[in-house]
Amino acid sequence: MNFFNQDLTSLHADLVSKKITATELTQATFDNLKGTDAKVDAFLNLNEAAALKQAAELDAKGIDPDNLLAGIPVAVKDNIVTKGLTTTAASKMLENFVPVYDATVVEKMQAHDMIIIGKTNLDEFAMGGSTENSAFKTTKNPWDVSRVPGGSSGGSAVAVAAGEVPVAFGSDTGGSIRQPASFNGIVGMKPTYGRVSRWGLIAFGSSLDQIGTMTRNVKDNAAALNIIAGNDVKDGTSSKREVPDFTAGLTGDIKGMKIALPKEYMGDGIDPKVRDVIKAAVKQFEDLGATVEEVSLPHSRYGVPAYYIIASSEASSNLQRFDGIRYGFRADDVKNLEDVYVRSRSEGFGDEVKRRIMLGTFSLSAGYYDAYFHKAGQVRTLIINDFNKVFENYDLIIGPTAPTPAFKLGDEISDPITMYMNDVLTIPVNLAGLPGMSIPAGFADGMPVGLQLIGKSFDESTLYKAGYAFEQATDFHQATPDLGGAH
Amino acid sequence: MAEERINAEQVKHVAELAKLEFTTEQLTMFTGQLEKIIGMFEDLSKVDTTDVPVTSRVSDRQNALRDDVAVKSNDREALLANAPQAANGLIKVPAIIDESGDGE
Repeated sequence: MNFFNQDLTSLHADLVSKKITATELTQATFDNLKGTDAKVDAFLNLNEAAALKQAAELDAKGIDPDNLLAGIPVAVKDNIVTKGLTTTAASKMLENFVPVYDATVVEKMQAHDMIIIGKTNLDEFAMGGSTENSAFKTTKNPWDVSRVPGGSSGGSAVAVAAGEVPVAFGSDTGGSIRQPASFNGIVGMKPTYGRVSRWGLIAFGSSLDQIGTMTRNVKDNAAALNIIAGNDVKDGTSSKREVPDFTAGLTGDIKGMKIALPKEYMGDGIDPKVRDVIKAAVKQFEDLGATVEEVSLPHSRYGVPAYYIIASSEASSNLQRFDGIRYGFRADDVKNLEDVYVRSRSEGFGDEVKRRIMLGTFSLSAGYYDAYFHKAGQVRTLIINDFNKVFENYDLIIGPTAPTPAFKLGDEISDPITMYMNDVLTIPVNLAGLPGMSIPAGFADGMPVGLQLIGKSFDESTLYKAGYAFEQATDFHQATPDLGGAH
Repeated sequence: MAEERINAEQVKHVAELAKLEFTTEQLTMFTGQLEKIIGMFEDLSKVDTTDVPVTSRVSDRQNALRDDVAVKSNDREALLANAPQAANGLIKVPAIIDESGDGE
């Protein structure tokens, strides 16, 4: 079965009433997925035997009527480690890597009896915006298979958009959940930095990385975030703040909500058709009783260079662990230790990863540190100050998630700067550590366009509340791609 | 602004620091791309950051302390299963200085 006509609430009701067993649901998920994935290539690795075994155990134990997630099939981005299940980060470097422990979010999924269906494709080490940097396969956008799914969580976004699973988990360092959510017409949440444990997320930019949730609607997204959020002793940056029930407050009533629209997010670099979708969304929010006013985030345009310095610097440090010694790829016929390092890294990493390592190493190197890394950290402060100023007077910020709809496969992969500019609207949110969510807001030339909602620190609830009200008033989230008779 | 931001010699030096090596063709490609990207980085020089502090972290935690209690960690055999080569409970690597190979 596909998941186009079911949400978590209806699936849960069917499981509790035994209209369908967890085993039947799991089997039906794999049966449908195999046909669909031949067209879109969202998955790198399926977990069929273990998933069916887990489902059978759950059926024997019985579905807890109070646990909405029990028996729900879930896809996990392949940079989140899963014990005993190969985790590659879509890199030749980790082609045969079998983790010996579970990420904290995976432990939480399992504690809630979610059924892990498989691991999804991504840009190698989550570096990219099209999933074309995967060492293993090219994921296609289900709305038009000649187009990219976005990235880096392209596989997770497509798994949800193509109806393969109702929930997927991704990671977002500069837009890697929100941009593919926008390109595929689904809901993607990057929570506040520290809201979700990063333990077991293969590190890219440690001051920016955050795991988040991808679903077909807002309520399901909030329910999924409920179970993975919270403090973790294994991640010293995870917050000790209380985690609210993110599904509470989904009333559809946002009268009096004060919304800001940054003029920089509606400028010349944004596709006019995307701007039209956002203008219509602004009108929708006003019709719902919110006020929308133009504001300025004057340092937005410096987000891209600041981010690529900071993220690449952190990446160059984090990726030093891939040395061909303890785990991962080791080059053949190496003669000495230096050879192990240099040849294993040169043969194991793809071009984009090498580019980031080079940029980071350069930005941190003697003579350049002040002009690049130090300066980028100062600009980061100014970007945070811009947001703080707006949030003195507004409840949330809206704008486009990405400057364009999904572009054609192959169009941008050879031009790094064009590819980097895709992140211009999502990057500032990571630099400031804020929560950001993309929801379906319309179409441009038949391709989905996402609306980005940006909230105050640890105020995911307001994003869900506003997103839910918008969703109730529109039907964009109910549109489904035509996969040529796959459903 | 300098006309040449980074040249092939500098790229080679940075690659050495990063433990990477490139073919001549790759070196040309990366030099051209890095030149352009670093050019984009230089946009930041337009921003007045006098007396602006650096942000390097956005966590709401200052310290993360816990009781010093021993807990079971990972199993050695399981960890070594991921090593490219292991023997006698240890990770096997080529000799550090033997240029002629270690006869493995």
